Amino acid sequence: MTVPPLLVARIDWNISADLHQMLTQHFMVNAFRAGTVVAVLAGAIGWFMILRHQSFAGHTLAVVSFPGAAGAIWLGLSATVGYFAGSIAAALVIAAVPRSSSGRARSEESAVIGTVQAFALALGVLFVSLYGGFLDGLTGLLFGTFLGISDVQVVVLAAVAGAVLVLLAIGARPLFFATVDADVAAARGVPVRALSVAFMLLLGCAAAEVSQITGALLVFALLVMPAAAAQQISPRPVVSFGLTILLAVAVTWLSLGVAYYSAYPVGFYVSTFGFTVYVLASGGRALADRLGTRHLRGALSPGNQSGPRPGVATA
Amino acid sequence: MIATLDPFVGLAHMLDHPFLRSAFIAGTCIALAAGLVGYVVVVRGQVFSGDALSHVAFTGALAALAFGIDLRAGLYGSCVVFAVLMVVLGRRATADDTVIGSVFAWILGLGALFLSIFTTTQSGSGAMGSNAGVDVLFGSILGLTSGQALGDAVVALGIVAVFIVIGRPLVFASLDPLVASARGVPVRALDYAFFILLGITAGVATQAVGALLLLGLLAAPAGASQRISTRPFVAVWVAAGIAVVSMWSGLTLAYLAPRVPPSFGILAVATGVYLSAFAVTWARQWRRRFRGPVTLRAGLHGS
Repeated sequence: MTVPPLLVARIDWNISADLHQMLTQHFMVNAFRAGTVVAVLAGAIGWFMILRHQSFAGHTLAVVSFPGAAGAIWLGLSATVGYFAGSIAAALVIAAVPRSSSGRARSEESAVIGTVQAFALALGVLFVSLYGGFLDGLTGLLFGTFLGISDVQVVVLAAVAGAVLVLLAIGARPLFFATVDADVAAARGVPVRALSVAFMLLLGCAAAEVSQITGALLVFALLVMPAAAAQQISPRPVVSFGLTILLAVAVTWLSLGVAYYSAYPVGFYVSTFGFTVYVLASGGRALADRLGTRHLRGALSPGNQSGPRPGVATA
Repeated sequence: MIATLDPFVGLAHMLDHPFLRSAFIAGTCIALAAGLVGYVVVVRGQVFSGDALSHVAFTGALAALAFGIDLRAGLYGSCVVFAVLMVVLGRRATADDTVIGSVFAWILGLGALFLSIFTTTQSGSGAMGSNAGVDVLFGSILGLTSGQALGDAVVALGIVAVFIVIGRPLVFASLDPLVASARGVPVRALDYAFFILLGITAGVATQAVGALLLLGLLAAPAGASQRISTRPFVAVWVAAGIAVVSMWSGLTLAYLAPRVPPSFGILAVATGVYLSAFAVTWARQWRRRFRGPVTLRAGLHGS
């Protein structure tokens, strides 16, 4: 099997020397910087996204960043601009569709999201076809690449992530309240609808950032899996929030490190490591429940083996 | 560009090309099947599972290519197995979108791995490898041979035939499973039948519009038809009609503008129809809202 020689570095199994060798490459340093920024942001936003059951929407926003990036490249702009433009535009569209709890509206909403997603991908293919022949670039856009992240791109990623995290910190308490019990929050005067639109926009920014590392199709790996795993491990919001960010960063670092020494796309490693963490967490949780080690929960709700939903338990 | 002046002359010339004839034959049948099955998917609120299947289709097809098996074997095999798996697992646990999402993101990651294996092992034959990957992702309806097109058409017509047989109880069971099972409709068996149909539809539609876009062919016509008609047995055929019209206009568009990929044309028309359906119902609601208070006041005056 022939592999592109540029992509694969040789590993000596002398970990410190290998690390040192890897980090003498400027593009790897940039990849680690960008990856860390993105992982922290993805963890923070993903944690809320899972609580809000909006992972399908998050996936769609990331998918829409693909035509954004492809269109930007076609127009001769920077792909980074395209990622953000695509995701934020899609976030506005999804937020504009009125949401209601009736069955008909739910089926309508999923049809809308599905259509937006497929149309976005089709648009991306159109742009790729109009630009003409960057098939390798196409798989990079879809499945992630860590090569060629520029210094400017790192700064942009960090600036956007910083802004999103500050906004999230400001809105975290009411957002958590509105997520856990929208009706009570609305009665208490929390602007539930405005928060929902605002969160969708933040999610759009996060999805655009994650897409630039994992590729537009694999954002779940950083946006969903660490948060889902952390919420399996601890029902306490603060603990699982911190754990989410740690897991996201760990998965990203490990994936970048392994991808550097292999011929396969980084998206594969991010999704595989993320999924492994999630499966281990779920398995551990199931085992712990089976063994009855959760005395407190068992005492509170006997017969409810799976326990209350994380987050809701403390509300 | 005579074609743009007189669409009928253009259409006649268009069908002189054998590859377009194949594309139209296969495309029509696939669109019909996707429209019908897609309507039920949307009614059940299971667009998410359609999305999952599209990921599985991609990975299955590329795994087959990477291991040197026939692409279709991987495609249909993976879709049907996964569809059945979804019903089996769906009963035991109410898998929420987190679980489904995580599983299918990982499956897609595997697909990326197979794509990479396939392209690197095929690097001797130049760009062939990455083309095959792109074909699976975004469809290659214009690249079907007449034999393939016929095969796809037969499979798609089979789906339509089965749907005609089980359509009525299936839609009933999807709209209201409790009442349906009380009336003696075998809801459970229909679940299996429906998911197997969905799996086969995903497999056949992947060859037309690609794994990533089949979701649109399932969801957009159905979403539009739900807005056009509230009567399920009318809406299901409206959905099929919209899908077929999208297919025809998409292919025509691709013929008139060669730089436009056919998959984009098909999806663009389907999305356009959905948007217009939205616009029409919104306009109707606006008029009703405008008229609403007036009639109310008139009623109060009358009493």
